[in-house]
Amino acid sequence: MSLKVRPTAARLSRQELAQAVARDIASGSYANLGIGQPTMVADYLTPEQNVTLHTENGMLGMGPKAAAEQVDADLINAGKVPVTELPGASYFHHADSFAMMRGGHLDVCVLGAFQVSVTGDLANWSTGEPDAIPAVGGAMDLAIGAKEVFVMMSLFARDGTPKLVQECTYPVTGLSCVTRLYTDYGIFHIVDDAGRRRPQLVEAHGLEPAEIQERLQIDLVGM
Amino acid sequence: MPQFAETAAEAVADVTDGATVLMGGFGNAGQPMELIDALLDSGANDLTVVNNNAGQGDAGLALLIKERRVKKIICSFPRQSDSWHFDAAFRAGEVELELVPQGNLAERLRAAGAGIGAFFTPTGYGTELAAGKETREIGGRNYVLEYPLGGDVALIKAMYADRAGNLAYRKTARNFGPVMAAAATHTVVQVEQLLPTGSLDPEAIVTPGLYVDIVTVIETRTPSAAESERHPAVRPHSQEEGVRV
Repeated sequence: MSLKVRPTAARLSRQELAQAVARDIASGSYANLGIGQPTMVADYLTPEQNVTLHTENGMLGMGPKAAAEQVDADLINAGKVPVTELPGASYFHHADSFAMMRGGHLDVCVLGAFQVSVTGDLANWSTGEPDAIPAVGGAMDLAIGAKEVFVMMSLFARDGTPKLVQECTYPVTGLSCVTRLYTDYGIFHIVDDAGRRRPQLVEAHGLEPAEIQERLQIDLVGM
Repeated sequence: MPQFAETAAEAVADVTDGATVLMGGFGNAGQPMELIDALLDSGANDLTVVNNNAGQGDAGLALLIKERRVKKIICSFPRQSDSWHFDAAFRAGEVELELVPQGNLAERLRAAGAGIGAFFTPTGYGTELAAGKETREIGGRNYVLEYPLGGDVALIKAMYADRAGNLAYRKTARNFGPVMAAAATHTVVQVEQLLPTGSLDPEAIVTPGLYVDIVTVIETRTPSAAESERHPAVRPHSQEEGVRV
C-alpha cells in the first residue's frame, strides 16, 4: 500500500499541530487532553464536533480555562489550572475517573512524548537521568486505557536526534499503545503491517517523505 | 457514629509517630490544609504520607516535608514547579519516594477500603514502575499484580457533613476523598459546614457516615445560604447549624 504523500512547504507550528489533532478527533468523542502542549488542542475543537473532555481529577464536560471572575479553587484541571463547567458535566472520585481510562471508556487521549517507537511504545514520563525527580501522574493509565492514543511532539530533539525511534531509550510509559503521532514534520499512523506494528507517514510538512525516512533511519510503511 | 472535634488540633490528636496518613486533595483542591497544619503542630513524626502530589509551595504537606516529618511519600506526581521542599528533601536522601501511577494509587486505595486482597491491572506493564512485580497474561493481555494501600488515618476535606457523618463534596475537590475515607482505619474530615441530620439529600450523599470517624468544621470559603441552597446535596430550607459544635 503505497501512499503518495506530497509535503507542504513548511513544517507545522505548534498551533497548526494542535489544529491537526483537533481535526482528527471524531465527533461525539469522550477525550482526555494531557497537560502541556495537548491542552492547546481544546482551542481548536469546534462546537459541531461535540467532544466531551475528561479530566483525570474527576470531571467530564470540562469547559475552557476560567476567566478571572470565574476562578473557583474547587474546579481545576489535571494541570491544576482553574477551568469551567459545561452543561452536561459530571463529577466523580478518582477511582471512578481512572476506571473510565483503564476500562476503555475514553475514545481518545492526546499526550506529549520524549520518544515514540516504531511499534507505538511511548516514553513520556521520565528522562531516566540520575538526578531527575520522576513524576508519572496519569500518563501510564491513559496510555494503556484510551481506545486511541494520539501523541504530539516535535519529530526531532533540539540536537537533531529523531524522537520517532526503532526502540525507546527513555523509560517507557506503555507498550504498543500509540495509534497516531502528530509532529511538526509529519503525521504518522501506527498501523498493522503484516502482523507487525509500523509507522505510516500520512502527511509531510516541510520535508519530502524520502528525506523524513532518511533522517529517521527507520522503515516507513509503503516506502 | 462520628465524633465532632472543636478544633483541627483535637481532630488529629490521635495520629501517632510512624502512622500511615492518607491525605486527600489534588493540588490544592480538596487538600485538608488546616488538618495538615494541625498535624505539623502536633509533632507527629516518621510519617508515611499518601497523596497525589508531594506538596505545593510553602503550605500543608510541603511544610511537613520541609520539617522532615515525612519519612516516606507514596504519590504519583511529586515534581512540580513549586515542589521545592520535596525536591530538596529527596535530593538530600531524606525522604523515601514510592512512585505509583495515579490510577494504581486510586485503585489500591479503593481495594483497601473494599476488602480486595490484590488486583491485576494493565497499567504500568512493561515499565520500570512494574519492575519485580508479578505479572499475568489474562485473555491475551498483560497485567501487573498490585496490592491494596490502606492507612492508619485519612485526612480529607468535604463541603458538607451532617450529624450522621454523611459527606457531600464540591466539584473537583472530591478527587481522592471518597476512596481515602474508606481506605483508612480512622477517617478525619474537615468540612465547610455542618448541617443537621436530614439536611443532606440521601440520593446525593457521596460518602456515607459509616466511613467517617471525626468531623471538624473549618470555614475556609464560607458558603452563603444561597449557595448552600443550590448545592444538590443540601435539601431546600434545611436549617443551618452553627459552625462550632
